[in-house]
Amino acid sequence: MLFRIKKSIDFMAFRKTALSLSLVLLVISLGLLTLKGLNLGIDFTGGNLAQIEFSQPVGVAEVRDALSAAGQDQAVIQAYSDNGVLVRMSSHEDDTAQEILSALRSRFGEIEVLRLEKVGPVVGEKLRQQAFVAMAIALGGVLLYITVRFRFRFAVVSVAALVHDTIITLGVFSLLGREVSLPFIAAILTIVGYSLNDTIVVLDRVRENWKGLRQKGIISLVNQSINQTLSRTINTSLTTFLPVLTLFIWGGPVIANFALALLIGILAGTYSSIFIAGTLLGEWYSRSPEKAR
Amino acid sequence: MLKKDRWRLALVVIVVVAALLSVFPIGGRIRLGLDLKGGVHILLQAQGTSENPLTDDSVERLLAVLRNRIDQYGVTEPVIQREGSDRVIVDLPGVADPEAALELIGKTALLEFRHVHESTGTVPPGPQRPNYDTQEEFLEAQARWEAVRDQFDRAAEAMRLRAEDDPDMIMSRSDEGEAFLLGRVYVSGKDLEDAKTDFDNLGRPVVTLKFSTQGARLFDEATAANVGRQIAICLDGKVISAPVVQERISGGNAQISGRFSMAEAQRLSIMLRAGALPVAVEILENRSVGPTLGSDSIRSGLRAGIIGALLVLVFMLLYYRTLGIAADIALAVCMLLVFAGLISLKATLTLPGIAGIILTLGMAVDGNILIYERMKEEVAGGKTPLAAVDSGFRKAITTILDANITTLIAAGVLFYFGSGPVRGFAVTLSIGIVASLFSAVFVTRALLHLIQSRGRGRINIAASGERGKR
Repeated sequence: MLFRIKKSIDFMAFRKTALSLSLVLLVISLGLLTLKGLNLGIDFTGGNLAQIEFSQPVGVAEVRDALSAAGQDQAVIQAYSDNGVLVRMSSHEDDTAQEILSALRSRFGEIEVLRLEKVGPVVGEKLRQQAFVAMAIALGGVLLYITVRFRFRFAVVSVAALVHDTIITLGVFSLLGREVSLPFIAAILTIVGYSLNDTIVVLDRVRENWKGLRQKGIISLVNQSINQTLSRTINTSLTTFLPVLTLFIWGGPVIANFALALLIGILAGTYSSIFIAGTLLGEWYSRSPEKAR
Repeated sequence: MLKKDRWRLALVVIVVVAALLSVFPIGGRIRLGLDLKGGVHILLQAQGTSENPLTDDSVERLLAVLRNRIDQYGVTEPVIQREGSDRVIVDLPGVADPEAALELIGKTALLEFRHVHESTGTVPPGPQRPNYDTQEEFLEAQARWEAVRDQFDRAAEAMRLRAEDDPDMIMSRSDEGEAFLLGRVYVSGKDLEDAKTDFDNLGRPVVTLKFSTQGARLFDEATAANVGRQIAICLDGKVISAPVVQERISGGNAQISGRFSMAEAQRLSIMLRAGALPVAVEILENRSVGPTLGSDSIRSGLRAGIIGALLVLVFMLLYYRTLGIAADIALAVCMLLVFAGLISLKATLTLPGIAGIILTLGMAVDGNILIYERMKEEVAGGKTPLAAVDSGFRKAITTILDANITTLIAAGVLFYFGSGPVRGFAVTLSIGIVASLFSAVFVTRALLHLIQSRGRGRINIAASGERGKR
């Protein structure tokens, strides 16, 4: 119906193209991360954040003007609706938030403070470290689990696919300049867990077809496995993509970045389970066949 | 229907009924996080000094004082808990004014009545040009004022030097800029029995104090020794008022009239009643969400969830036809189980938690897709539909388990490292994974057997979704 696939597609024929495309994307992402970096939120830098709703539409320029008149010209101001702005300050002064609020009150009259956050520098540093540790433990756990359940090489290509998905998601966030906060880390770890699902489905089929290895050779065996599981890969990703897309569109400003990270991760994960995990496995085995176990 | 299948159906029915009973009526049953119902989250760091080091005991006393203050402030269901050896988490749901809450919690509130050795008095406001006829007169006034100011500054500097030399003295300033050289402490907050908010005869808010027997005796002695002189009332080392003692006060009652607003006077009397914090605290982290943002988030989460669910339901129905109906029912059961799980585990639902539920919507049918695709292959391999259902389930189940366990690993790591909202996400994601495993494996299978054993609506597995392929 949706995907009426007449014949099997020779995915492995594109493996050089796919691998080079991913390599290029990875290099661009890493370049962006090194040169431009991520737009780290106050969760990681420490500082103040205020989400403010005005009673009438107010432009970012007016808000910036009001704040710099009060001496707060370091503030990052972002409008999320006609009447609402997010103001971020990386300053660690205790009364920064108060100064911002009173400056806005005196200029625009009645304002509603929807959210007010202050994170001290110590906490920011701690959260940043924890995010890295959590990431490492999650990747390590997955590597271990797949090694136990499958083969070591399967685990390596799965983790390679995961790292690929994660780096590309980070790269897109760097490119868009979207804010990276604590829920973003949750999204990345979810991508680590979820984007693996499709890869496991493909690898599971490779394992099942393994006895035909002598006859067909690894390349055509992997290709056959990808084709046999293709409708699964696409359907499972699509059914997860749809609700997360609604979350991105209708879920509100607080959760939009979180949903966006998941969307990019699901796309990258689907692509990598078709084009990266299998092709890497095929390349590896065709270059150096594993000794019979 | 085989005996095994009947057992499975019975299990599903029991679980669904139990879930329904625990979920309905749903109003107010789900515990909402601070980001959804509004409130203040504060992380405090206790700070020891060389004279007042941090001990297990002092941190416990800190918690007790905080609990006391918050109870008196009137917050329902506050969370006050120790984190690690020297940190305290305070969660105040429903508090609309975060600044007041911070003030209430972060202040040590050590009240002291101290001897005044010297005071400068306030520097008068500088002369204004419009009040003078000529420029010369204005300049003259300005010079006189500057001389007074310099004299005050020199006096304050002299006080500072004396206080440095003498460990019993401290130099302090009031909000109005007066400088004081303070001596010994006569009475302190620990000698108080009660503190209340009241109004003086000009209608200004004041805090009235009642001393304990010991405190009343000390206060009596202090006032007797200082008739006609100032006594400084200090809060955390800062002079809030320095009244001149008119006469000896023996009744054990006193009044602090600073320049309070009503709310400030109330906070001060709460802090004085609850006592000073045994150690100073620093506010490391403070997150507050207004009630409107919380209800907005719930509303938009609900809307996104309903639209997302509809999209998934329709997709499964269009693609898998009869099998899709079974998947859709299984999805409904899965959602029911997620809410039942949240309620019975008393888990807190946060905004990322709502996102976790919406993610579960999509992941729940993944199991069905894997099973159905496998069943198609089995039919294509020449099996009867009934046999295909069984072997389809058997072969898909390991894949489903492997795929979900990796997601559970990630959720587990998140739960361990995350806090607050992020932990809420890990909880709903984990509950969602377990619920979707149950619904895909047990509910779907029981439904398919039920449809088949009734003989009607035979499941045309090969045809569903890929008509014309074979």
